Amino acid sequence: MAEAQGKIRSGYVRPLDLKHGCVDLTHGSGGRSMVQLISELFARHLGNEYLGQGNDGAVLPAPTINGRAGRLVMSTDSHVVSPLFFPGGDIGCLSVHGTVNDVAVMGATPLYLAAGFVLEEGFPLADLARIVESMAHAAREAGVPVVTGDTKVVERGKGDGVFITTTGVGVLPDGLELGGSLARPGDVILVSGSLGDHGVAIMSKRENLSFDAPIESDTAALNGLIAAMLATGAGLRCLRDPTRGGLAATLNEIAGQSGVGMMLYEKAIPVKPVVSAACEFLGLDPLYVANEGKLIAICSALDAELVLNAMRAHPLGREACFIGDVIADDHHFVQLTTAFGGRRIVDWLAGDQLPRIC
Amino acid sequence: MCLAIPVKVVEVMRSGIQADGAGPGNDWAIVDLGGVRKEISLALLADVQVGDYVILHVGYALSKLDPEEAEKTLALFAGLNETGALEAKATS
Amino acid sequence: MKYIDEFRDGELAKNLALSIGGEVAAGRSYSFMEFCGGHTHAISRYGLTDLLPPTVHMVHGPGCPVCVLPIGRVDMAIDLALKQGVILCTYGDTLRIPASDGLSLMKAKARGGDIRMVYSTLDALQIARDNPAREVVFFAIGFETTTPPTAVAIQQAQTEGLANFSVICCHVLTPSAISNILESPEVRQWGTVPLDGFIGPAHVSTVIGSRPYEFFAEEYRKPVVIAGFEPLDVMQAILMLVRQVNEDRAEVENEFARAVSRDGNVKAQDRVAEVFELRREFEWRGLSVVPYSALRIRRKYAAFDAERKFNLDYRSVPDNKACECGAILRGVKKPQDCKLFGTVCTPENPIGSCMVSSEGACAAHYSYGRYKDMH
Repeated sequence: MAEAQGKIRSGYVRPLDLKHGCVDLTHGSGGRSMVQLISELFARHLGNEYLGQGNDGAVLPAPTINGRAGRLVMSTDSHVVSPLFFPGGDIGCLSVHGTVNDVAVMGATPLYLAAGFVLEEGFPLADLARIVESMAHAAREAGVPVVTGDTKVVERGKGDGVFITTTGVGVLPDGLELGGSLARPGDVILVSGSLGDHGVAIMSKRENLSFDAPIESDTAALNGLIAAMLATGAGLRCLRDPTRGGLAATLNEIAGQSGVGMMLYEKAIPVKPVVSAACEFLGLDPLYVANEGKLIAICSALDAELVLNAMRAHPLGREACFIGDVIADDHHFVQLTTAFGGRRIVDWLAGDQLPRIC
Repeated sequence: MCLAIPVKVVEVMRSGIQADGAGPGNDWAIVDLGGVRKEISLALLADVQVGDYVILHVGYALSKLDPEEAEKTLALFAGLNETGALEAKATS
Repeated sequence: MKYIDEFRDGELAKNLALSIGGEVAAGRSYSFMEFCGGHTHAISRYGLTDLLPPTVHMVHGPGCPVCVLPIGRVDMAIDLALKQGVILCTYGDTLRIPASDGLSLMKAKARGGDIRMVYSTLDALQIARDNPAREVVFFAIGFETTTPPTAVAIQQAQTEGLANFSVICCHVLTPSAISNILESPEVRQWGTVPLDGFIGPAHVSTVIGSRPYEFFAEEYRKPVVIAGFEPLDVMQAILMLVRQVNEDRAEVENEFARAVSRDGNVKAQDRVAEVFELRREFEWRGLSVVPYSALRIRRKYAAFDAERKFNLDYRSVPDNKACECGAILRGVKKPQDCKLFGTVCTPENPIGSCMVSSEGACAAHYSYGRYKDMH
């Protein structure tokens, strides 16, 4: 008996069953159960000196860039993607990439991330661990730590497994201005690579639409690529990542903000053949399909070559190319010269593009 | 009005007679378009072989594509090129 | 992609354009109706109008099953989902059609209707198998291309004894629509149809064959060229129509010979005949009531007919008085001629059938071509 007692450690807490356990309501209640979830799952993977402070708010050094104070850039995004795991990624890395990119396209160096989780009761801990590990990996690769977070749990049936909201802050050097209202007639439109990969990868895994396609989401953090582009000193007007609504939505937004029109050249727009094929199956136009690891850049025509070279030198910009011109147009249409030499508009859709039979 | 695409048959699965003897079971095929694969029904088309091209609409093969006719049609487009050029020469 | 890319070659398109330009007779204009919404879409999407000589006018026809689906039918589907709690399976095309009371299938979904988009009837059957305790209803729309898959599904449901599966049948027939255009009021007024010929639908024809069009060519003396789906097919068909008009011929020619035969797909036709029979009349949105133009499920398969099973009543809902869809579908007016176009009636807020589907004449013009009205 004495021997058996000696073997029981004092203060022993049974670890989370990450293989078979599930999220339950205690994990969001602020008690010991939640603290255990945070320490054994979240902090274990995401851990850094700031998260390690363990307070309600993370205390961070004043943001500087190249030793000088800059302006703060902040962005937030909620992630509700379904399915949670898809070819090439998952909701975890997507939530890191998306927010890092939103900060970086403003010209800012992303510094820190915050992550809020809404978990559904019954969500498998094994899946949660996978997601958090993926987030941690993405954050390390991007060089942007998750410094603070929050967890809530909702009853079964009231969530879609997990929703993640990430907020990012970054620092923008003085004198650098990038924005959707800065495009001018005569500027050129560049894209960092092939379009439509992410949206098609997601769709291929949806019930009722499933098909087999060797397509992976392009989800990636673009801050490294953007830093390389900014380092050229080129006259960049605007950077944006064409996520929901695809290239069409993004360019229409910018055209409206800047009060200009655009003329794209269909032959120049890069789309992987397998993505084209998948779009054929469903009757979709790749110009409206989401991307998560690509950016469009509007810059002065004189600097186009310079910017393209910098992009192509970076792993995420190898297929960067010119796709169109910014033109004067009071109606702010985004037009396309088709491969046939005809012209049409690339209109701004009201809602999502839906697969059609007709 | 009817979005249908020409796809290549890469596998044919015949399901044989129905268990209750009601009639021949439906055949299935895996088709490929540009690297994308999908399983479709051959219930509306007989004698489909691997390597055939079929017109696919809402998950069913509706007709076979005739490669010879396809070549003829393409030749028609290209042949007109020469005719067009000849006519231009004649009028100039 | 084989059999697709070669038929989209820009260089060949330029040469076909030159040929068409070279063969149109001086001093005369040509009006051709492309019946099929897919062709309307190809013309808009590739900007083919820019490649045609100004004397060739393309008129967009009613071959868009979404556009001609009456509001009352969408109301039936919405009712089933909201009031009877069925799982309503539908193709993506129908989700945004505005119906009565400010609803659409998509809005009904937001209100709690279990409405699921499917790619194929095969998916709907699977949903029925997976949910034996629920009623599963498939909203069947489409012309003759889409009808055989519904027939197969119904027969399959019967073989399996899938008692919880049924279909709202809204399948319509192409030749009836063509007749309707050729018999329009404008014909009675002017004694002739203001159209010189038709581009026949591509995929409908793979099922019905080229034979059914021979009647129109003979009876109304209008040439018909069946064209494939790709832009080069459309251009080639236009060239063939110009030639027929110039040579005063009225024949059925088949440009889509690689997939269409004179007899069509007899196996598919037989399946359809086993499961469906003609309705005496059917209301088409924009064209009003057309006799023998639509199908309903035969008594033999009554157990799978949602209209019988749920005792559904069809209530006709008239279109807005200012809506010119009827005239536009018959090819006698253009979208720009309609007072509502682009203002009250837009793709986000479609008032009439031509704006509802991306292939409707008004939607296609709005999305792809309205910049031309402004410049």
